[in-house]
Amino acid sequence: MSELEFRQVSVRYGHGRSAHLAVDSADLVVRGGTTHGLVGESGSGKSTMARIAVGLTPVSGGSILLDGVDITDRAKEARLARRRVQMVFQDPFSALDPRMPIGASIAEGLLATGRSYSRLDREARVHALLDRVQIDPSRAGESPSAFSGGQRQRITIARALAAEPAVLIADEITSALDVSVQGVVLNLLRDLQQELDLTMLFISHNLAVVRYVSDEVSVMRAGRIVEHGETSTVLAHPTDPYTRELLRSVPVMGEPLELEDA
Amino acid sequence: MSSRFVRTLRTPAGITVIAGVVIVLLATVFGPVLFGEAASARDIAGRQQGASLEHPFGTDELGRDLLARVIVATRISVLLTLGATGISVVGGVIVGIVAAVLPSFARRLVNALIDILLSFPWLLLALFFSVIWGTTATGAMLAVGFAGIPVFGRLVSTLASSVAGSDFVHAARILGSSPLRTAVRHVVPNILPPLLVNTASHASVTLLSFAALSFLGLGVQAPEYDWGRLLNEGARRIYVDPMAAIGPGIAIVLTGVVFSLLGALFSEKRSGRTLRALPRRSRAETRAIFTVPDTAPVVEAVDLRVSFRAEDGGVVERVHGVSLSVAPGEIVGIVGESGSGKSVTAMAIAGLLGPDSLVESDTLVFRGIDMTREPTSVEKRRLALEQAMIFQDPLSSLNPSLTVGRQLREVSEIHGRTGRAAALARAVEALTLVRIPDAARRLGQLPHEFSGGMRQRAMIAMGLMGSPRLIIADEPTTALDVTVQRQVLRALRDAQRSTGAAILLISHDIALVSGFCDRVIVMRHGRVVEELAADRLDEARHPYTRGLIACVPDMGTDRDEPLPVIDAGEPVPEQKEIVA
Repeated sequence: MSELEFRQVSVRYGHGRSAHLAVDSADLVVRGGTTHGLVGESGSGKSTMARIAVGLTPVSGGSILLDGVDITDRAKEARLARRRVQMVFQDPFSALDPRMPIGASIAEGLLATGRSYSRLDREARVHALLDRVQIDPSRAGESPSAFSGGQRQRITIARALAAEPAVLIADEITSALDVSVQGVVLNLLRDLQQELDLTMLFISHNLAVVRYVSDEVSVMRAGRIVEHGETSTVLAHPTDPYTRELLRSVPVMGEPLELEDA
Repeated sequence: MSSRFVRTLRTPAGITVIAGVVIVLLATVFGPVLFGEAASARDIAGRQQGASLEHPFGTDELGRDLLARVIVATRISVLLTLGATGISVVGGVIVGIVAAVLPSFARRLVNALIDILLSFPWLLLALFFSVIWGTTATGAMLAVGFAGIPVFGRLVSTLASSVAGSDFVHAARILGSSPLRTAVRHVVPNILPPLLVNTASHASVTLLSFAALSFLGLGVQAPEYDWGRLLNEGARRIYVDPMAAIGPGIAIVLTGVVFSLLGALFSEKRSGRTLRALPRRSRAETRAIFTVPDTAPVVEAVDLRVSFRAEDGGVVERVHGVSLSVAPGEIVGIVGESGSGKSVTAMAIAGLLGPDSLVESDTLVFRGIDMTREPTSVEKRRLALEQAMIFQDPLSSLNPSLTVGRQLREVSEIHGRTGRAAALARAVEALTLVRIPDAARRLGQLPHEFSGGMRQRAMIAMGLMGSPRLIIADEPTTALDVTVQRQVLRALRDAQRSTGAAILLISHDIALVSGFCDRVIVMRHGRVVEELAADRLDEARHPYTRGLIACVPDMGTDRDEPLPVIDAGEPVPEQKEIVA
């Protein structure tokens, strides 16, 4: 079980007067083997947290530690450690190369393990992974266009799993999916997390979904973590006004929306 | 894709191109073998003859048959063209990919260099290079080839950088794929189709370039000859024997056209034929003016069916007989998943479906206007004033280059025939109603200066500029945060209360619809599955509705149980094939 820690991280976009702090000295600890939910509106910096953890965006300050190793470094050790942090993207349509068979896409995940696989081993591994995400392994040679959104999202999860990650970052992975498919993906993710003892950072704007999968939750606004704690505590007794506003805005089945200002 | 390409080849254009390619190829391969002798046989007696049956293009000053010479010259002309195009494409791909993979500073440097080279005319570059490599055929090929590199470099770097920004390239990078591997495995395959199209049309330009260079004496040198040189020789006596110049010209033009058509064929998309044929009206009908009682339904649709043209040319029905009616001032929600036909139904009601669709129904009426027919100008005006439409992406439904105020005023100025000052006052009022503060100043701003939620509220305000009887909102808050969603819904409800308009809200979120609407219509596979009052969702009888309610986690879902999953066991919607 690995622990992912964001320590006083800041991300600044642009220079000089147009500079904009996307993340402002944020602290966040994803404890080993647990799921940590990160909620916030668009532009709050929650997706930037995902991007810096996997190295797609450089940090301007602070450090990100995976089991004590700083993965924001350029050193080889840091680079290898960073590959143990994998990510599932929001849009399953752009996350898979439309011209690559899905089996080859998943096999790409094996690169991150640093081991070399024989052709047979590779096929066996892809086969097992497809089976694990409940997709018929005999379809490994088909291109992504033959699959629905939910199936594609399961394929990208299989690709991330191929990398044998210690930490999985899920960035709004169900927001592009239909609700009936969302349930399938969420169930799968929960099973995998328990089965593989994954450490998971689950980013979403959907409070109900975050509540369902997370053990702990952090609320982000304008680049800062404004509230943090155990999921049940935070949602039952929110202390930050923004969290309260967020909770009030969630539509509840069968109840008229509360549209007036409190 | 490949089967579609084969189908494209079977069209008349495809057959023409194939025939052209085959002729050019045959002339290239067998031309010198079959006609070499005729092309070099001198006949001093018959020199400089005009066109005749024996010599269709005439003979040159040594009495050689010009037609044979044109055919023989095919090989060198085509080979030089292909060689130069090859150099341009390969060089361009390398430069472009390197530029896309480089760190940002170096990338800017390479792009700047490409820009500088692009600003020179190709002929100048070619002349420059032919000074370096001398005026030989190979020199000309290198010159034209190198002169084309910046063109392809720019194309490839633009295409590659758009691919490089996609998530699958990010994923490859996170997984530790090296830049070179990513370029070869992901970037090149994805830019190949547009590259092929451009290569083919570039080949036709290159062919002309060569003809021009040789014509100027900078290309192929005697005793060898290509079409450009033949053209040069023929041009000297164009007033005496026009065919001597026109002959090689025909070869150049036809081959160029074949290359261009080949490019067009690669990019060919099957164009949708029109499906819709709206019945025209008689004059009497056009003049008739309806008065609509205010108690009658705003929208009445009976057995509405919508079909689209499928990829293979057949017709697929996507909405199979939907009946619904919306009472004045009522808020109705349509819930369904993607592909359920909910948006198509709404678009059909608004009369916004394009010519590639076929709308059939027993009745489809909006406030007395028969939407299955082409509207008269009076009806068009009424539709513009009485219907408001709000889409999911407000950035694409607002014109980015016009101020919000101008777009708001348009409705009342054009359709409502209101004066500018009155329209402006009305716009301020509308923006204020949807709670956009400082409305007068905001009207002067462009859409991109608004936040997503404000743009959506501006769209609602635009609907308020007329006298809306129905506001159709198609997933208006799907792209927005929950807190912003609340503001937009509040604006929508305020609009409904102040105008008494009915609302048709389309959403995939059953919780949202149940919280906002009076009545909920559940759609699946193009059919209405169930229709019930929003406050009676717990009495839903259809298993799909119940599944839809159960599968969405809410703030009270048991976290230790897996989420219920909707059984996908229902049959796939049948596809009705109509021979068109």
